Amino acid sequence: MSIVRQPSFREGFRAGLPYAVAAGLLAISFGVLAEPLMGRVAPIVMSILVFAGSAQFAATAVLAAGGGALAAIVAGILLNARYAPMGVALAPSLRGNKRRRAAFGQALIDFSWAAASRGGGRFDPAYMLGATAPSYPAWVAGTVIGVFAGDLIGDPQKLGLDAIFPAFFLALLVEGELRAGKPGLAAALGALIALLLVPITPAGVPIIAASAAALIGLGSPRSAEEDVRPDTEHAYKEGAP
Amino acid sequence: MGSEVWITIAALAIATALIRASGPVLLGGRDLPLAVQGVIALLAPALLAALVVVETLGEPAGGELVVDERILGVGAAGVVLVRGGSALPAVTVAAVVTALARAVL
Repeated sequence: MSIVRQPSFREGFRAGLPYAVAAGLLAISFGVLAEPLMGRVAPIVMSILVFAGSAQFAATAVLAAGGGALAAIVAGILLNARYAPMGVALAPSLRGNKRRRAAFGQALIDFSWAAASRGGGRFDPAYMLGATAPSYPAWVAGTVIGVFAGDLIGDPQKLGLDAIFPAFFLALLVEGELRAGKPGLAAALGALIALLLVPITPAGVPIIAASAAALIGLGSPRSAEEDVRPDTEHAYKEGAP
Repeated sequence: MGSEVWITIAALAIATALIRASGPVLLGGRDLPLAVQGVIALLAPALLAALVVVETLGEPAGGELVVDERILGVGAAGVVLVRGGSALPAVTVAAVVTALARAVL
């Protein structure tokens, strides 16, 4: 059966719609910011090929400050490095050959990865693909709008857009992942590591370092089994309209 | 500037695709060793909590902790969620509270 016909793809798609709206607004903001520096074509190409908000903003900021291409590339890679641990977590849930799995990896974005988490380290790949599906066109279209109409609409960042993304992640955390015991402890540790590193490291490093908090689960596969929670695994989807 | 922009875009596009593919290609299609499965199970809460902190208090370029209107918005979203509200109202409250705080403060 084609993956897009699976029910969990459609469920993921619906859950991903509100996030795609926010992503589209952020992309407008990116287009507005990048156009004076890069012209009109390059920001759109970047959104099509890179599809990673924080990395695109960081690389553009480095270029705008005259930091050069190498520093811009390093800044972007540091921010996207978090997709490596996310991909490792996703990997056991993927079936099929290497090419197919590599293609699935391209759908990794923070929101979809976390929303597709089913506890105990299991993920629903079709749900993740569905949740990313509306964000990609929204990201590209938003960039186009920002590049061409930025002067008319201004910067949507002023509308509190930057608080939307942490609120999305907080919702996924509270509704899906935050449970007593090791998950709660891992969340607290991850937050603490990030808090300590934000003032002293380049962007991206605090998030990668926070994945070390998961090491408290080393050697305890049984606790991973207990984490599987059929009763709450659709909490997020039910919460979204 | 033109060539620097295109070099950056090309390199980031390739690097990002490789990073996204790395886990699925190298480890996909089979179960990980039992000892590691407990770690994998905790990556989602650890990374999500870090994302909340970084996006609430961080700056795009890093190296700076900034307490501004965002923390009011995200805090308000937290109140909505703890009281049993779902994601969409929480996110809406976060945006509205942050925008209002920016307009007033």
